[in-house]
Order: sequence, then C-alpha cells, then structure tokens
Amino acid sequence: MNSFIANDGAFASVRQPSSRPSIWNVLGRWAFIMPLIVLNLIVIIIPSIFGLLLAFTDWSGYGPINFIGTANFTKLFQDKIFFQSLTHNLVWTAFFLTIPIAVGLLGAYLLSSIRRGQMFFRIAYFLPYVIASVVNAQLWRQLLHPRVGIGPLLAQQGITFLDFPIFGTRETSLMGVAFVDAWHFWGFLVILYLSAIAAVDVELYEVARLDGATRFQQFRYVTLPSIRPTLVFTILMITIWSSLVFDYVYIMTNGGPANSSEVMGTYLYQHAFDRFDVGYAASIGVMMSLWAMIAVAGFVILRRRGWDI
Amino acid sequence: MLKKQRVQSSLPNYIVLTILALFALVPIFILFINSVKSTVEIGKNPIGFPQEILWENFPNAWEKGGYADTVRNSVILVSSTIVGSLTIAGLAAYALARLKLRGSGLIAFYFLVGTSVPPQLFMVPLFVMWRQVGLINTHLGLIIIYCGLYSPFATYLLRSYMVGLPEEFIEAARIDGASNMQVFTKIIMPLSWPGFMTAGLVIGLNVWNEFLFALTFLQDPTYKPIATSLFAFQGRFSRDWGLTSAGSVIMVLPVIILFLLLQRRFIEGLTAGGLKG
Repeated sequence: MNSFIANDGAFASVRQPSSRPSIWNVLGRWAFIMPLIVLNLIVIIIPSIFGLLLAFTDWSGYGPINFIGTANFTKLFQDKIFFQSLTHNLVWTAFFLTIPIAVGLLGAYLLSSIRRGQMFFRIAYFLPYVIASVVNAQLWRQLLHPRVGIGPLLAQQGITFLDFPIFGTRETSLMGVAFVDAWHFWGFLVILYLSAIAAVDVELYEVARLDGATRFQQFRYVTLPSIRPTLVFTILMITIWSSLVFDYVYIMTNGGPANSSEVMGTYLYQHAFDRFDVGYAASIGVMMSLWAMIAVAGFVILRRRGWDI
Repeated sequence: MLKKQRVQSSLPNYIVLTILALFALVPIFILFINSVKSTVEIGKNPIGFPQEILWENFPNAWEKGGYADTVRNSVILVSSTIVGSLTIAGLAAYALARLKLRGSGLIAFYFLVGTSVPPQLFMVPLFVMWRQVGLINTHLGLIIIYCGLYSPFATYLLRSYMVGLPEEFIEAARIDGASNMQVFTKIIMPLSWPGFMTAGLVIGLNVWNEFLFALTFLQDPTYKPIATSLFAFQGRFSRDWGLTSAGSVIMVLPVIILFLLLQRRFIEGLTAGGLKG
C-alpha cells in the first residue's frame, strides 16, 4: 500500500497524446490494464463496500440480512474488550515506533560508517524478516518456554527475570508477542534507513566535523534531518501496520490469557469465524479502516502544509 | 598511523554491529540445532549443541506433518500466484509506463485507496462471496485472492523498470508494424526481466509465508499450504519440540537458501514495495 502513498504521481502518464487516437486504439490500450482493475474490484473494492454495509446489520453470515442502524457501533463503544484491544493496538504502535526504530537507526548509522563486512551485516539483519510468522513464533515460544527455554537455564545461574511463562502471564503476554514481531521486523528498518543514509551528501559530514561536531551530533544534526522522508514514511507504515496486526498474536497467544493480548484483528476474527457475528465483526473492521485513514490523512495534511515528507 | 587510528575508531562500531547480528542470527541457529535434538535433550539443554544428532526428526516431521501434501499445495499456490499476478501486473505496468492512457492519475488514486484498505475489512465479505460461488477450500479461490493482493505491488515495481527502458527499441518495433501486444512480449518483457524476477521472488515469498488468508479460505487439511498446516502441526505436537523444530526448518530452509543466493533482489524488492512481511 505504501509505495503508492510515498510516490504519488508515480503513475502519472508519461506523455500526452498529440493527436486524438481512434476509439479502438484507446480501448486496446485500456485492455492492458483492465485485468488488474477488474481483479481489484472483485477482491478488494466490492467486498470492502460490502463490509462497510454489513457493519450496519446483525448478519450472522447465513440467512436474511437485517439493517439495525448504528446498533453495532453503540455496542462497540460499550464493549470493554474492544477498548482493551484498541488500547493494545495503541501500546503496540507506541512500542514499534520507539524501540525498533531506535535499533534500526543505530544499526543503519553504524553500518553506514564501516566498509568491511557491510554485506554480511545487512544479510544477517534482514534474515529474520524473510522467515514466516509461524516459524518465528515457534522458535521464540521454545526459547522463552518456562520449562524448555532459556529462562530456567538462566535461573540456574541466578538470573531469574525470564524464568516464568511470558506468553501465559497477563502482564507480559502482549509485550512478549510484540517483542517477537519486532525481532523479525527491525532488520527491515535497518536496510531502509541504510539506503537513505547512503544518499546523504558526504560534504555535510565534513562541514560538521570541521565545526567540531561529535559523532552523536553529526547523527542528530546531519543524518536525522537528511533521512526525514524515510523516517516519516516508516512511521506511517508502522502506524498502519500496528492496527492490522494479527499473525503473531493469533499464533502465539490467540489474544489470551484472559484477553490480555487481544488486538482488534484477533477480536474481529473471533466474532466473524467463531461467534458468527459478522455484522459486529464488520463494525470492528470499519474502526480499523478509520485508524488507517486517519494515519494517511495526517500524512497527506502534513505534506500539503509543506512538510518535506 | 592513520590506518591504525581508523581501525581503533571503528572497533566499537563492529562490537555493536556484531551484537546486533548475534541477536538476529542466534535464535535461527538454535532452531536449526534443536531440529536435530530429541525433546528430552532440548529440556535439559535448550540452546547448546546436541550430544546426539537425531536426523530422524526430519522424516518423522515430514511424515506426521503430511509435508508431501502441504509442500505440493504451497508450490501450487506460489507458482500460480507468481504467473497470474506477473501477467496481470506486467500488462498493466506496460500500459501505465508506455501507452498514453488518459486518466492514469485516477488509476493511481484508485490504487492508493484500494491498497490501503485493511484486509480485515474485506476478508469476511470476501469469504461470503467465495462461499456463494464455491471457491472456499479450493486453491483457485486463494490464488485469485493472492493475485488481487499482490498485483498492485508488482505493477508498481514493474512500471518503474519499464519507464527506464530506451524508447528506440520500441519505436523501431513499431515502425516494423508491431502491435502493442507484440511490443510487450517481444521487447518489454525480455528487457525488464530483472523486474519480473524481483517481483516474482517477493510475491513467492509472501505466498509461501502467508497466514491469515490461507487460514480463512483453506480450512480443509487436504488443501492447506505449509504455513497453516505447520501451525496445526505445532498445536498437535506442542510438547515434541524436536519434531516441531524440524517441521519449522523444513518450511524455512528453502527460503533461507534462496535468500542467501539472491539476497540483493530480495532486499531490493521487499524494501521497494512496502508489503507487510
């Protein structure tokens, strides 16, 4: 989704026609793009409109569809578990906007200043990103398992802070899952930031050094402002993706224990496919879309206001 | 003297970078060594090297996890989605990059909206639609969905390749009387194959790893791809850590090998598109 946002105008036509072509010629050209448009209408646009409408019904997925006005949303605003889920998505966003971005920036900045072995580090950091969520989940469930993980091993050495069921404890389940997702994700940020840093004018650093800037000051006053478009872009991506998170939560805790790691995505899924409350699930879907819309609108408004992002 | 100084000043960098690399690699490494341990040994020795290498975990996992079927299912999904979405995206990218389309700004806006919609909004209605036409629990049903999800990304990537192609080749072909379609198959496709390859790799990886749609649209175990059947396998043998680790390695090994061989293309494609991994 994001490439289109970051590069609007990318689809602008290459050249304007100089003379009016025949109708068959025009139709012939449109025929090339029609399969893409039709497929997207069927798979994304039509069901999305259908989804918006279903949010105002009490449909179970079978039988007649009754419109019930905004009753689903009234119920949603009184639903404690929904608000809990929404809060968890916000916590998730806050976590992803801080620690993975910080580690990503650190990795990219250090990597940009070395020559030898840069390739090795890039591959190493990126590797977890290509591994499936099911596999990453399994790997960390074992590593952080209260009986067969590193927790009891460390406990033998007197280090006990990991010696408990992280994914099975209400206080830690959400952050545990977020950690696993972040472990798989931060290397992706390193690569994005690294290519942005590589494009920074080297002379800016020279000037900063002559002015006696320390390495941190160079980072703060040269690197960071220069890569601001990429930084803002990743912030937007993370904000949108954090509202959609599903895989890791569903696989590792399924929202438990006692909804302590429930997010909107898993709560929606539960209503749609376990409780057959399709109308209510659709209203959660509408709230998730609203989140993405607000994020994109904020991005567009800031850009209109002349922010270089 | 100067060289020595430089080495000294970059040493802290290397230390931090190495710690980060260990953080990324060691868990994967542990998964691999645990896949050849017995579950009893993992209990006693969760992260160390195995005392006894148990290769049997692999045939066991392959057998009990029904991998012969799930790998076949995944290969069908991956290859069909790559062919389908690259065909659709290749044609569309050609039109956007090379044919003078009026209203292509509108198309850009359409994809801006169409691809920012959360899957959770359209997934449930899509499920109902697919149920109506009998596409639930069929590979074709999921392939159509994947083509719809990934072809906008491929279009974007391919378009940027095609815009850069030299105009002379195309002009020459047109003078020889080639149609738009002939220009596409004879000139554009051969010249932009790196773009097709990058897009194909990224789409293949995404389909191989995809979980949410596979979970929803293929519930019959006979049709399940490797990701969701591994999930079920992990649930069924949740205490047999050696076995489930081997099952995970079977899924991830082809990806890691392919990634190491073609890492430039993978990284280029994955960072260009903004697909959620």
